[in-house]
Amino acid sequence: MADPHVPAAIYLNVAVSGLLTGLVYGLMALGLSVIFGVVRVVNFAHGEMMTIAMYIAIALFAAFKLDPLVMLVPIAAVLFALGYVMQRGLINPFINRPEHSQFMLLVAIALIMVNVLLIIFGPDAQSVQTRYAFDSFQLGALIVDATKLYAAIAALAVAAALFAFFRFTLAGKAIRACADNYMGALVVGLNVKQLYALTFGLGAACVGAAGAMMVLLVDVTPPLGPAYTLLAFVIVITGGLGSMPGALLGGVLIGLTEALGGLLFTPSAKSMFAFGLLVLVLLFRPQGILGKRQS
Amino acid sequence: MREILLGGVPRRGLVLLSILLALLVALPIVVNDYLITVLILILYFAYVGQAWNLMMGFAGQLSLGHALYVGLGAYAAAALYVHYGVSPWIGLGASIAISAAAGAIIGFLAFRFGVSGVYFAILTIAFAEFARIGFDHWSWVGGSAGFFLPVANYTRSDLWNLRGSPTMFYYLMLAMTVAAFVLCHLLLRARVGYYWLAIRESPEAAQALGINIFRYKMYAVVLSAAMTSLGGVVFAFYYNNLFPEQVFHISRSIELILGPIIGGIGTLFGPIVGAFVLTALAESLGEIMHAFGIDIPGIKQVFYGVCLLVVVMFLPDGIWPPLSKALGLDGKRIQGGDKPGKSDTGGGG
Amino acid sequence: MAALLELSSVSKSFAGLKAVQDVSFSVPEGSIVALIGPNGAGKTTCFNLVAGVYRPDAGEVKLGGARIDGWRSDQICRAGVGRTFQLVKPFAGLTVMENVIVGALNATAGVREARQKAGEVIEQLGLGPKLDHMASSLTLPERKRLEVARALATGPKILLLDEVMAGLRPTEMDHMVAVLRELNARLGLTILLIEHVMRAVMALSAQVIVLHHGEVIASGPPAQVTRDPAVLECYLGEEAV
Repeated sequence: MADPHVPAAIYLNVAVSGLLTGLVYGLMALGLSVIFGVVRVVNFAHGEMMTIAMYIAIALFAAFKLDPLVMLVPIAAVLFALGYVMQRGLINPFINRPEHSQFMLLVAIALIMVNVLLIIFGPDAQSVQTRYAFDSFQLGALIVDATKLYAAIAALAVAAALFAFFRFTLAGKAIRACADNYMGALVVGLNVKQLYALTFGLGAACVGAAGAMMVLLVDVTPPLGPAYTLLAFVIVITGGLGSMPGALLGGVLIGLTEALGGLLFTPSAKSMFAFGLLVLVLLFRPQGILGKRQS
Repeated sequence: MREILLGGVPRRGLVLLSILLALLVALPIVVNDYLITVLILILYFAYVGQAWNLMMGFAGQLSLGHALYVGLGAYAAAALYVHYGVSPWIGLGASIAISAAAGAIIGFLAFRFGVSGVYFAILTIAFAEFARIGFDHWSWVGGSAGFFLPVANYTRSDLWNLRGSPTMFYYLMLAMTVAAFVLCHLLLRARVGYYWLAIRESPEAAQALGINIFRYKMYAVVLSAAMTSLGGVVFAFYYNNLFPEQVFHISRSIELILGPIIGGIGTLFGPIVGAFVLTALAESLGEIMHAFGIDIPGIKQVFYGVCLLVVVMFLPDGIWPPLSKALGLDGKRIQGGDKPGKSDTGGGG
Repeated sequence: MAALLELSSVSKSFAGLKAVQDVSFSVPEGSIVALIGPNGAGKTTCFNLVAGVYRPDAGEVKLGGARIDGWRSDQICRAGVGRTFQLVKPFAGLTVMENVIVGALNATAGVREARQKAGEVIEQLGLGPKLDHMASSLTLPERKRLEVARALATGPKILLLDEVMAGLRPTEMDHMVAVLRELNARLGLTILLIEHVMRAVMALSAQVIVLHHGEVIASGPPAQVTRDPAVLECYLGEEAV
């Protein structure tokens, strides 16, 4: 198993790399947590939405040489609009329908998204190579990829912005009220439909921002979507539903697990550890590490 | 015996069923090989859809990782055949045992620990993924490079080893689908069926009426897994190759639940109607695209997705319930407005 | 008469809130006993403790002398306790007959017998005309009757009825009272009911137990209890007494 000839420094580097990537994962999962936590809809098109964002970044880079991180806000805005419209237009009637109905709706949407991307961009892998793509920072034995570091910082910044929104703005508090008590929110006169759409839009914006970052870290193909949807769910459940720090924590944990698991065993088996962790969490702490127990 | 088998089915329905069955039996004589392969696909999805429907429609548990049981069943029988020359009719014993055990483990973990709804669904996905990655690294069954069954020529049918022409597989699949159908019909009319429906509608009320929820949910899960694994056995011997990436992939799991959901969950005919409609849709879309000279990869799937969207939005209970009412096959007289779903019907007080 | 159901010093708290505190009472076999008290007094919690939905923090629940506290609700049903829910829970996707068959299967060997038994109970509760209607199409009073029919079909020794009269018109209520009286007289069915409607309480029960803030504050024949100052105070407030 663990190769004794691999110096300890490699473990550290891999761990840090996993941690940074994990923060981006965490942002993606944050979007899902917000959606599921408030609207209570299982967004099985989450990964596909991120893939859309990734392709937008690629298109912008290819056409105008614009750095994805710089285009973060516009990309997130586009995804916000997409999410808002999806919720308002398609998903809203499904809120009280049984789970399998919601699931089918979003699977159908996801299917359409993936294949539209396939038609527009083709099946070949594409990527974004920025000026600093191969730069790295060195801190003693620690070598950190520039792209990963910038992406992670951006992820933290967006997450912080989201926290602030929910903490300090009126709309944010209204959304939290809806999540806590749907009936109560209605009674108090909150426009729940509007707030749900807003929430979905925010979740989509998160995932859009995450996409803009992720495009720096991996190559993009249309079928990437479903894998990320699954990952987002694993992270949200592990970290804790309804807990925003939980989503980030979950992301970091999964990033670490994947990276170290890939190193200690074989790279192709790395997601097995994420799933193993998920099963354990589901069994022993179903509310997630930082989640609140549902009544 | 007659009452048990035929009771509860309106006369008109019996007549239609008999005609349909006769048609299906006679079909290979008049139809070309290509259509037979399409029909095999339809029957396969009808069969595994029915097996999945047992867990979902009857016990109310959404499984999104059912490909696990297909794969386990397929690999078990295939491995025994390839490595030890064991006939699949005997090998299926192993398939059933292994899949049933997997189902029992998942069921036990889920029900004992109170994992339900979305969480249960994710748990099932996790197990299927686990198997996918695990089998990718298991060389005894070929690993990611694939597992291959020796292909015989199709002139001689060897039913014992499931080597033969598509027609042989067609009748096999037809027999299995009919058997699955009859089995579910019988189960629904027995204690276990009533208890399953009760658990689905209101677990609290069911428990207050003396039903051991855990035990009956386990029955549904294990039976569903076992039935599905037989579909896997046919899958292995029909396609003659198995790749973990394909067999256990989440797309397989989603594929096999489309039929029952579109056709109608919890109904007997739903999975079969759904399988017919979906496969017919896919094939005809392909033909139309081809006729118009449109050959862009992915456009067929987009239309497929749109059709799915439309059905989900406007036919929430699936195609079969309104269809059966239109055909006058619906036994029940007065329908209510509430849909059986997540929420209990409230009262006063 | 021997006590069929006995609660001894039963207590239950939820997150620090004492829902039921040191409650003791018994229900003699073959009698009809009413459990009354203001909202939030802990009546439904008592039911849930007896029916196995919750496990008592302290105390014992005995059915026919044997302890049943800590048992699962399906085990308790099989032991002879039938119960209805305050917020009715019909099997909406099944017909009335099918609903009651589910209950009847608890007491019979097979579906055929259960169907027969269900038919009888449905007639008793006056739901005959609605036999093959979907439960979701029933009106509220009909759903309440279905709830009772289903619980009755399980063949219980004791029936726990949670506010079955609420929302019923006077004629419907009289009918329900008559049915319950008859079941009690003919089959010797023991009944424990939670009720707010005093008319039904007075008409049915031989004994009334009053709960307030989770404690038993009075117990005895209806006429006596309804004049008890402590009881009047808890319903009407101090000044009224």
